[in-house]
Amino acid sequence: MDTVLTLLGAGLLEALQPLNLVMIIIGCTIGLLVGAMPGLGSVNGVAILLPITFLVPPTAAIIFLAAIYYGAMYGGAISSITLGIPGASTAVATVFDGRPLAQQGKADKALTAAAVASFIGGTISVVLFTLFAPPLASFALKFGPPEEFALMLLAFATFIGLGGDDIPKTIFSILIGLVLATIGLDIISGKPRLIFGDISGFMHGINFLVLAIGIYGIGEMLWTLETSQGKVTVHKVQMSMRSLVNNLKEVKGYIGTTTLGSVLGYFVGTLPAAGATPASLMSYGLAKTFSKNPETFGKGNVAGVAAPEAANNAASTGSMLPMITLGIPGSPTTAILLGGMIIWGLRPGPLLFQEHPDFVWGLIGSLYIANFVTLIINLAFIPLFVKVLTMPFTILAPIIYILCLVGGYAPTQTMHDVWLMFLFGIVGYLLRKLNYPVAPAVLAIVLGPLAERSLRQSLLASHGDFTTFVTRPISGTCILIAVLLIAYPVYLKYKRRKKEALTESI
Amino acid sequence: MRKMFKPLLPVVVAATTVVTFSASAVADWTPKKPVEMIIMAGTGGGADQIARLIQGLIEKKDLSPRPIIPINKAGGSGAEALRYIQDKAGDDHTVLVTLNSFYTTPVIQKELGVDVSKFTPIGRMAIDNFLLWVHSDDADITDLDSYVAAVKAAGIDWKVGGTGSGQEDSILTAMMEKEFGYEVTYIPFPGGGTVAKNLVGKHINSTVNNPAEQNEFYRAGNTKPLVQFTAERLPAYPDIPTAKELGVDIEYYMQRSLNGPPGMSAEAQAFYIDLFKQVFDSEEWQQFCVDDGLDCGEWSAGDDLAAFHEVQLKRHVELIEAVGAAAITGE
Repeated sequence: MDTVLTLLGAGLLEALQPLNLVMIIIGCTIGLLVGAMPGLGSVNGVAILLPITFLVPPTAAIIFLAAIYYGAMYGGAISSITLGIPGASTAVATVFDGRPLAQQGKADKALTAAAVASFIGGTISVVLFTLFAPPLASFALKFGPPEEFALMLLAFATFIGLGGDDIPKTIFSILIGLVLATIGLDIISGKPRLIFGDISGFMHGINFLVLAIGIYGIGEMLWTLETSQGKVTVHKVQMSMRSLVNNLKEVKGYIGTTTLGSVLGYFVGTLPAAGATPASLMSYGLAKTFSKNPETFGKGNVAGVAAPEAANNAASTGSMLPMITLGIPGSPTTAILLGGMIIWGLRPGPLLFQEHPDFVWGLIGSLYIANFVTLIINLAFIPLFVKVLTMPFTILAPIIYILCLVGGYAPTQTMHDVWLMFLFGIVGYLLRKLNYPVAPAVLAIVLGPLAERSLRQSLLASHGDFTTFVTRPISGTCILIAVLLIAYPVYLKYKRRKKEALTESI
Repeated sequence: MRKMFKPLLPVVVAATTVVTFSASAVADWTPKKPVEMIIMAGTGGGADQIARLIQGLIEKKDLSPRPIIPINKAGGSGAEALRYIQDKAGDDHTVLVTLNSFYTTPVIQKELGVDVSKFTPIGRMAIDNFLLWVHSDDADITDLDSYVAAVKAAGIDWKVGGTGSGQEDSILTAMMEKEFGYEVTYIPFPGGGTVAKNLVGKHINSTVNNPAEQNEFYRAGNTKPLVQFTAERLPAYPDIPTAKELGVDIEYYMQRSLNGPPGMSAEAQAFYIDLFKQVFDSEEWQQFCVDDGLDCGEWSAGDDLAAFHEVQLKRHVELIEAVGAAAITGE
């Protein structure tokens, strides 16, 4: 233990070196802005900035890249909340409650919650990283395909309660998402599926961001157009030092959710193949399931912003672990970090911790510092972001449309995805009119391919025997929890119905 | 709104400056926008590591006025990437980092409609090698003979992991099945990194991963190689026998090359050939090859590479016929 603290101390000192500190501050700021731009994501941002890293020593360079990655995680929430467009897939769950809050004129509250929750998530996970990195690295190895599948099942289970009262509609929504997730090339055999004749754009599957931007950006805009009837609306937002303090005071209202989300996010993040997006969605689902007033979720509950934000930041720290110890990056951005490491002759693997402790702990130390830096920058920028919402809808709407277009085009740079995005926008609008929950569909399209792959790998290994999922201790436990999670909201509903029936009969 | 963009300004200025000063105009043509470097496999595998190293070296040495951005398209044993490149016909800003699934996937999946002989050959960066790996805890398995005995005892419960189905790992596995007369269960994963992790975690029993994908786990004592499928022993593994030494006629290797979409302009092709030649010649690249058991002795580009592809394509068609497409895809 002492050695870990000594190493961490050295790492913190390393991160506080003037050059490294400057790199952290610049990196976090850039990351924040890059993350806030829908579709741009931090992938392009990091790739374009790679040359700068060659001007400084390797540790400073990796710290810089990590800071961008880190800042982008915070930044993703900004466009989710202010514009209703998820900047990255990790920030989709933030839209669920962030956007309604902004529409109620409480954008400052949502943004503060996002910043604080991200900070807590980041801090908890970095502490967990410091204390439990080696045992967790060996725990992650125990996760084979059956365990991965059980985890995905668990993620789905957290979302059953999310669809509100109408369970059939929720299931319908999940199924639509799953069908969309199977479009493209079969992950095991490579045969094309559901490509509508031979439309090549479908070969690559449905890009998750295209769906999310379509449903939340375009769909939401259509909905607002209908409800406002073109009337010019301006959201009144007041920002002052006092409101900031008040917002900060509200933290205690969602501290439990945030802590749970942070721990969950960290664990999910440490598993290769999972990553921050499933973590944030699971955290949101859990927050709602165990909330005292689940009906307020999706309508502007601050905890619904805090939970996914805590989880995605925690997961982004967590995913450093499989990258460092296994060489498996959990996200496209960590893959760039991995590339950076290879260039400087640092080979990720089980020995990196022992052979390059200065590098590993410098990186971890920088995460501690980056957390503070991003929190401060973020809080400082909130008034600016909130200002965006004071623009009249007639000006804001076209801007949102353009950002949606760019966001839909940027990831694959094909018009196919842009048309698809519009289609999803219209479908999302109609689903909303018919009172179908869309969040389960979004979850299904993220988790569907991961679940399918691990299911098929497991069944290949067990020669089609499904008991493999329950006989293995870890996957068995996950499945048991999943079953309980599914049963819990159903039980609650049953109880409530009974009560209602009773009151009605009186 | 205007205020919002202000913090971006220094970045834009910096980016423009980099561009102006780095016009290394050997060829007349230079990229006008970021170049997509498509990887036919998932993150953490051999192809991925190579792509990211190349990207870094190009940036470090300032060889291209526009950045090269690696993008993983692992779907369907490289089918996703191949189809993507095919659909990008005539595009000058996309290149593909290949595995041997470059040859096999279009043969096995005819309905994909991909003809790689129409792709624009750029340059071959390395020849990668294959070794047979098991977990270090398998104390009973010390050489090829004890391996074969263990597999025969386990039958189809023996799980071999590899990248994708119908590509190099599964071909080599099928070749071994045929040679030794056993049958195993082959489980495809999206990339060599995930395969390595599953071997270390004992979710699979063996793999034929490339050295770069397994080396760190070997050094850490998690996994051990039994045999190498090379013509001669690799400098990185002097104590591991080749299959040929043991009287088993299996030799298999994999090209790591860069190719453009069909109909890439000759100017762009010339630019990329020059670009990747510079990377190939760099000290860093050559050192990487030595460390990671790749063969980077000979550079091959343009028409030479096309001829090489043709020979390899023919060889793979024969190989697939010999072992049967069904044995490779596991149908």
